[in-house]
Amino acid sequence: MSLVSVSDLGVRLGARAVFSDVTFEIGAGEVVGLIGPNGAGKTTLMRAVLGLLPFEGSSSLAAMPAAERARLAAWMPQAREIAWPVSVETVVMLGRVPHLGTLQRPGGEDRARVAAALERMELSEMRARPATQLSGGEQARVLIARALAQDTPLLIADEPIAGLDPAHQISTMQSFAALAEAGKSVLVSMHDLGLAVRHCTRLVLLGEGRLIADGPPGEVLTPARLARVFGISAWYQVTEEGPVYQPLDVLR
Amino acid sequence: MRLALPLLVVVAGLFMVSLLTGPAEIGVGRSLAALFAGGEDPVALVMREIRLPRALLAVMIGASLGLSGAAMQGYLRNPLAEPGLIGVSGSAALGAVLAIQTGLAATFALGLPLAALAGALGGVLLVMALAGPRGTSLTLILGGIAVSSLAGALTALVLNLSPNPFAASEIVFWMMGSLADRSMTHVWLALPLMVVGFGLLAGLGRGLDALTLGEDAAQAMGIDMGRLRLMLVIGTACVVGAGTAVAGAIGFVGLVVPHLLRPLVGAHPGRLLWASALGGAAMVLLADIAVRVILPERDLKLGVLTALVGAPLFLHLILRLRRERI
Repeated sequence: MSLVSVSDLGVRLGARAVFSDVTFEIGAGEVVGLIGPNGAGKTTLMRAVLGLLPFEGSSSLAAMPAAERARLAAWMPQAREIAWPVSVETVVMLGRVPHLGTLQRPGGEDRARVAAALERMELSEMRARPATQLSGGEQARVLIARALAQDTPLLIADEPIAGLDPAHQISTMQSFAALAEAGKSVLVSMHDLGLAVRHCTRLVLLGEGRLIADGPPGEVLTPARLARVFGISAWYQVTEEGPVYQPLDVLR
Repeated sequence: MRLALPLLVVVAGLFMVSLLTGPAEIGVGRSLAALFAGGEDPVALVMREIRLPRALLAVMIGASLGLSGAAMQGYLRNPLAEPGLIGVSGSAALGAVLAIQTGLAATFALGLPLAALAGALGGVLLVMALAGPRGTSLTLILGGIAVSSLAGALTALVLNLSPNPFAASEIVFWMMGSLADRSMTHVWLALPLMVVGFGLLAGLGRGLDALTLGEDAAQAMGIDMGRLRLMLVIGTACVVGAGTAVAGAIGFVGLVVPHLLRPLVGAHPGRLLWASALGGAAMVLLADIAVRVILPERDLKLGVLTALVGAPLFLHLILRLRRERI
């Protein structure tokens, strides 16, 4: 069953086409890594898929009514914005907004989901602290917890692990893997190809104004593509510890 | 809600004090009895025709300014935002000034407030046209600044070219904002618009909460940003337009009250709405009592007092904010 299907998607900013003719589907139980150089249009692609900006082509998510879409897909933007000094728990509880009626207050299930998300992101200790006083990495974890609390079949996250310490980078990717095991799916943009190879079930490579490759990590990241798209060389080996991927040098 | 009850008590208490404050020395028991008793007794007339509308308008206008200030700050995610930002109060003032200058205000009693409402309507339509249907909060601010400065410039032009010094001084005094000598007619004129505005603004709570995480995230959580912005602009225009039409420009309330109350509601933008409505009512009641007590003979203007008290209070808040950020 596909959670989202996108076909011939294209976005123009003014006269410039950011990308065009992007077609892919995400089924249940996948962790899809969206990779590509700076300016390839990863953020734009995710926002277009959600219907947050004008686009050409079609996206099944964008076609839905906003309220229904919010129960199917959660979105974690790259900009880590927390405008007011509200508590960590309050921020995470915002993830329950799509599940509440206009005047309905959060109930037992909402609190349970929030507690689980806080626990998952190791934030239970700081649940009462003002979110604006946390460090950048901690705020990122709060916002990931917020997206997890939305409890949607699909999570779309824009560079969620940028700025996290190594332990939390790995544990966040493992959380995504756990979601996939539970039948949910994640579309996550990232720059760390090593983590992408280890933790994603599939990679989508965006660049040169189109979708260049879509498939299992080992097949997508061929030396020729790396050289052409990223201008780097890398070392890749499937070891006893799982796949290891280490970018080595700049080629140009 | 632990905050609601104390705030309600404060507003009710100040409302009573406002009813009991005035140049006519009337005892507490006598004045309250006169308020409810019928008849043409002069005390009853003073209570019902002078003090009651004054106290009611203070509550209505204070709640309007507090509520719309909290909503505006929540929408723009900026603690320095205030209801006048979208140009409604400026354009309402322009309407009122034109009414005074042309003599419309003198020909019939509601000429001035109705002209001010027309000005507010013109201003809000212009802001919405400038901001566009798909615009962001930034286009709304820019549209508001454009309309505010245009209305300010036109008001200055009217004053500049005014051949009549009496009209000019009347304009200047009107613009300072006051609740003196208002009647129940003013209450009935402002009330329907304010009720509509309160309804629109009170419905923004959840959307403003979601906006804590930014426009993109809020939109992805199912919040219709276009609808939210329309409710905010029309709601603010209703309450601030009606308030300015009957009382002139009263500054700083919409800016300071949400600021003062924010820590008491855990910075929750939704909860801040009703808290600021009550807080604004309390602040305007208090200021309107103060203008009658401090200089009973000199007709101290309400807007002057709120600015005199509000500006230092605001400076204090900024200093506190600076200490916290370091």
